[in-house]
Amino acid sequence: MRTAPHVRTALHGAGRLAYLLALPAILLVLWWVLTAQSTSFYFPPLRTILSAFGKTWFSDRLMDDVLPSVLRLAAGYVGAVVLGVAIGVLIGSNRRIRLLAEPVLEFLRAVPPPVLIPVLMLFTGIGDTMKITVIVAGSLWPVLLNTAEGVRAIDDVLADTARSYGLTGAARLRRLVLPSASPQIVTGMRQALSISIILMVISEMFASSSGLGYTIVQFQRGFAVPEMWSGILLLGLLGFLLSLLFGRFEARVLRWHRGWRQAQKGES
Amino acid sequence: MTALLDVCGLRKTYQAADRTVEAVRDLTFGIGDGELACIVGPSGAGKTTLLKCVAGLLAPSGGEVVLEGRPVHGPPENMAVVFQEYGRSLFPWMTVEQNIELPLKQKKVAKRRRGELVAEALESVGLADAGGAYPWQLSGGMQQRVAIARAVAYEPSVLLMDEPFAAVDAQTRAELEDLTRELWQRLGMTVLFVTHDIEEAVYLGQRVLVLSAAPTVIMEDAVIDLPAEREQLATRSDPRFAELRAHIYSLVQQAKTYHDGAEPRS
Repeated sequence: MRTAPHVRTALHGAGRLAYLLALPAILLVLWWVLTAQSTSFYFPPLRTILSAFGKTWFSDRLMDDVLPSVLRLAAGYVGAVVLGVAIGVLIGSNRRIRLLAEPVLEFLRAVPPPVLIPVLMLFTGIGDTMKITVIVAGSLWPVLLNTAEGVRAIDDVLADTARSYGLTGAARLRRLVLPSASPQIVTGMRQALSISIILMVISEMFASSSGLGYTIVQFQRGFAVPEMWSGILLLGLLGFLLSLLFGRFEARVLRWHRGWRQAQKGES
Repeated sequence: MTALLDVCGLRKTYQAADRTVEAVRDLTFGIGDGELACIVGPSGAGKTTLLKCVAGLLAPSGGEVVLEGRPVHGPPENMAVVFQEYGRSLFPWMTVEQNIELPLKQKKVAKRRRGELVAEALESVGLADAGGAYPWQLSGGMQQRVAIARAVAYEPSVLLMDEPFAAVDAQTRAELEDLTRELWQRLGMTVLFVTHDIEEAVYLGQRVLVLSAAPTVIMEDAVIDLPAEREQLATRSDPRFAELRAHIYSLVQQAKTYHDGAEPRS
């Protein structure tokens, strides 16, 4: 949520939390009130959904379905970030490789990742390997392309400075290349996070015996409508939580960048 | 005086798509140990090209640069460079202290000694309290002081400065000029100072090398016989200062058209 700086400073701790939760709370109340008398089979009262939520998820499913999903998500996401940064640095720092790889990258990026699922199933079966591979294959691109762009855009005066002080190889990567590209890398990581969640769910819907996506589809097929809605709610909450965590990570890693940008705006 | 830094027949041509641009034609000069020499020339005289070749950041097309008897093929360990663009030469994700310490870490200086060097360097540029700040929290002049502190802490035998004060206001510039003289006298390093400002060159230097327009050659190697103690007001109102300034000024004017008549300009 973006707010103006003076608003941001005015909102501390509890006040800020209240600000953050006000709209969700209003929407939940609306949902509760509007569906309270509902007799529709497909749109049950929120009360019913919430009671189904407790029964459905605070049970064996937590370990059997939620945890495997989260682990796959984590493995796929970390894999995508590591691979994306590694290849992105390589492509960003070498003009020849960049020219060579660009058309291929544009093509690969344009392939919708879910389409890989049937193909990957042939090679890797329907186990965790397939699901993690799908997540990596889909969320790799924003990290890779943003990293490459960030690395390419390293200031040449800064690069000359680093060189003149003997910063080469691993030290250059750690002290110059990665921090300098970190704003773009983080942007790519944020995009990759939401893609990862989507692909986690989709890969589990295709062919699976566990996971959130699998469970939600099972509920839908069994006409367990309140349980299905509760699964969607859980996915939403998971995404929201991860986004909050990511926001904290971003604020920490890019603290310098915010100040630096403000200083630059002030000068020009 | 034996030369600490020798530039012999330095030549640099850039290959563009359809033509060759001759930036530096033939430069030969030596800078003695502990000397403060300034290089002036009209804009586009290849000053930055020259400095980058000396710093080992750019490979010359011909000739060579020799530092302490060893030919320069990459950035030498006993050399530090201060760039004009202070805002782009300090690492914005590091504090002032970390910026100064980084090259020392790279040089494998022991941790304790690093702390001493950082503190001394900050003290010597008058920023003893700014170590914990980020560079972008400081004014332009202070940022350039940090860049100078970083160079000084590195303990180089040669300090290269590429129009370091071109982007700061006049008041700050005068302060930084005096700081440069003071550090040079106190630490006994060799300083090669590139500038387009004739007054600055005369005020700072023991010698002023005047470059022609590109393709660059040296037009004159002038000795600045002003007293060693220099002071902004007194030195600048010295009649000898005015003479030297006028002399260098006319040389720079000639430099702009140095190659005209001799041959068509490229």
